Amino acid sequence: MSKDENWSEIIRPKRHWLDINLKELWRYRDLILLFVRRDFVSVYKQTVLGPLWLFIQPLFTTITFYFVFSRIAKIPTDNVDPILFYLSGITLWNYFSDCFSKTSNTFVANAGIFGKVYFPRLATPISIVISNLIKLGIQVLLFVGIALYRVYFHGAQININETILLLPVLILLMAIMGLGLGIIFSALTTKYRDLSFLLTFGIQLLMYATPIIYPLSFTSGKLHQILSYNPITPIIENFRYAFFGIGYLDISGLIYTTIFSLVVLILGVIIFNRVEKNFMDTV
Amino acid sequence: MPAIKVENLFKQYQLGQVSTGTVAHDFNRWLHKIRGKEDPYEKITGENSREEKGNSKYVWAIEDINFEARKGEVLGIIGRNGAGKSTLLKILSKVTSPTKGEIKIKGRIASLLEVGTGFHPELTGRENIFLNGAILGMTKSEIRSKFDEIVAFSGVEKYIDTPVKRYSSGMYVRLAFAVAAHLEPEILIVDEVLAVGDAEFQKKCLGKMKDVSSQGRTVLFVSHNMAAVKSLCNRGILMERGKVVFTGSAEETVEHYMRINAQNLKQKVTFETKELAVGNENIKLKSVVVVPESPFITEDISIKISFWNLSESKIVKVAIDFIDLNEDVVFGSGFDFQTDENGISSGTCIIPKDLLNDGVYSINMYFNSPELRPLWNVDNIINFEVEDKERNSAYFGKINGAVRPKLIWTV
Repeated sequence: MSKDENWSEIIRPKRHWLDINLKELWRYRDLILLFVRRDFVSVYKQTVLGPLWLFIQPLFTTITFYFVFSRIAKIPTDNVDPILFYLSGITLWNYFSDCFSKTSNTFVANAGIFGKVYFPRLATPISIVISNLIKLGIQVLLFVGIALYRVYFHGAQININETILLLPVLILLMAIMGLGLGIIFSALTTKYRDLSFLLTFGIQLLMYATPIIYPLSFTSGKLHQILSYNPITPIIENFRYAFFGIGYLDISGLIYTTIFSLVVLILGVIIFNRVEKNFMDTV
Repeated sequence: MPAIKVENLFKQYQLGQVSTGTVAHDFNRWLHKIRGKEDPYEKITGENSREEKGNSKYVWAIEDINFEARKGEVLGIIGRNGAGKSTLLKILSKVTSPTKGEIKIKGRIASLLEVGTGFHPELTGRENIFLNGAILGMTKSEIRSKFDEIVAFSGVEKYIDTPVKRYSSGMYVRLAFAVAAHLEPEILIVDEVLAVGDAEFQKKCLGKMKDVSSQGRTVLFVSHNMAAVKSLCNRGILMERGKVVFTGSAEETVEHYMRINAQNLKQKVTFETKELAVGNENIKLKSVVVVPESPFITEDISIKISFWNLSESKIVKVAIDFIDLNEDVVFGSGFDFQTDENGISSGTCIIPKDLLNDGVYSINMYFNSPELRPLWNVDNIINFEVEDKERNSAYFGKINGAVRPKLIWTV
């Protein structure tokens, strides 16, 4: 029996833990971009307002927050214009939470297509993160527009400094973290659906544990300590520092977030990779 | 030169629902694993069988499969539903992975089972060609270079920039098939596509299969349809309960399949004595036999019935119903049986040729007195399969209908 036949592929049971085929994923880059396009084109078809919804969601949330937290609860916003304060927090937070929640049901939502044809399963969550990135880009433009409006017509104060150049890094960190957490959950929910219930309100709770509707400086003592363990806190705080000049540049917080994000992503990819081979049997 | 080599392939499935018990099993499995022991649930895995309901929670959908497909060969994979064919294909197309063993492949695999996978109704035909092509593993530039060919093959040029939700189902299938057909894989899997779609679509599929094999590519053809397997395949493998039970020429494999099928069916019940026989105080069944054992559509089928008549009446009205696999009564028929001096009644029912469709039929019997007083009845006493032999048309799918009579057509 000749052993030297050159097979192009060998289908085996489970791969090794770290046997992650990134080369294959790269070969399917066209597919990822087509998925992004599909998501973007299909979501707003047959809606009257179309992509305007991208503006309506954060604006209405901001207005609600403004009335509830600023006018009624009288939570301070560190002398920043409350509308801009909330809108900046919501815009960033939505990106993270969309990445997290939409990738977290990758397997269950795509069971139909995954059950019929093989392609690197990671293509799906990655495409979700990218299409949300486009959404984020549009919402950042909205934020800039509203900011200009507030500055010129309502005398709002902004104080942009050079750390604004860190914005792409901040966004990348949120993408990595959202993707990592999302694919961890997506792998676990294939077997235990209970987790998807947990996730929905878990993300909501997490928002209140992040300085979105209040500045970190508003908290003190133990609470302050706990909030600074939240890896999203430095992202929000650093953005507000860069844009409004409040707080300070928190380098150590960013390093912490970076390490956390990378660990979560690597863990996520490993778990996802484990599950993708056999999930069809449990879904 | 082999294009696919399957070695000692196993696939285990868990039966029943995932529940709280699963957590315990997962935990136990993990405990065994870290101590370097075997999976504790592997040993108690039952074999792939529908009839016996084992108490095992796990089942082998595929058990120790070995085979090879050579380059340029059309290999037919046949077997009953649940024999493991679909599982094998799923492993081959990497949708799920094997539990043990491996498959070695040379070249790209594509499958006509994925026709239209990932088509998005809101996207236009053009967008869907790119999306679907990419899902099937083509790069953008590959698709672009074949785009015109695909559109021409599908025949939907006019509507290429219309969302596919506005397409007729025929246009949809044609476009989807056109994309799949232009993949140019080294190995093509065709699964039961012949069962769906119209004759024209089948012809295209078959034409594509022939093209593919004549270009030195390999085709795996999975079907229930013996006529199609015989005429299209060079070689066949027969699967039964998750195992390969026969390999040989397509012809031999089909013969073997039919023989095994005949064995699994109960075309015959006979009892030597009254005491052993089933029945009651009125009727004791002596025998019910189907002749021939596995009839073709083009043959007369005889049902030979014989029983001991213990009732007071010399005449017994016997009625039989023919039940198809959907549990529908196809038709029923009755006859008055006379009893001879030994107390035995016998008779034969002949179903003329070209009446029953291909498929499995079972028989329910009813025994009544001349006054229509019920004497005894029995369900599913025997069953038999009517086989489709050869066809002169390009259409290989099962012809619709519970019966398939040869009607008289004139001009």
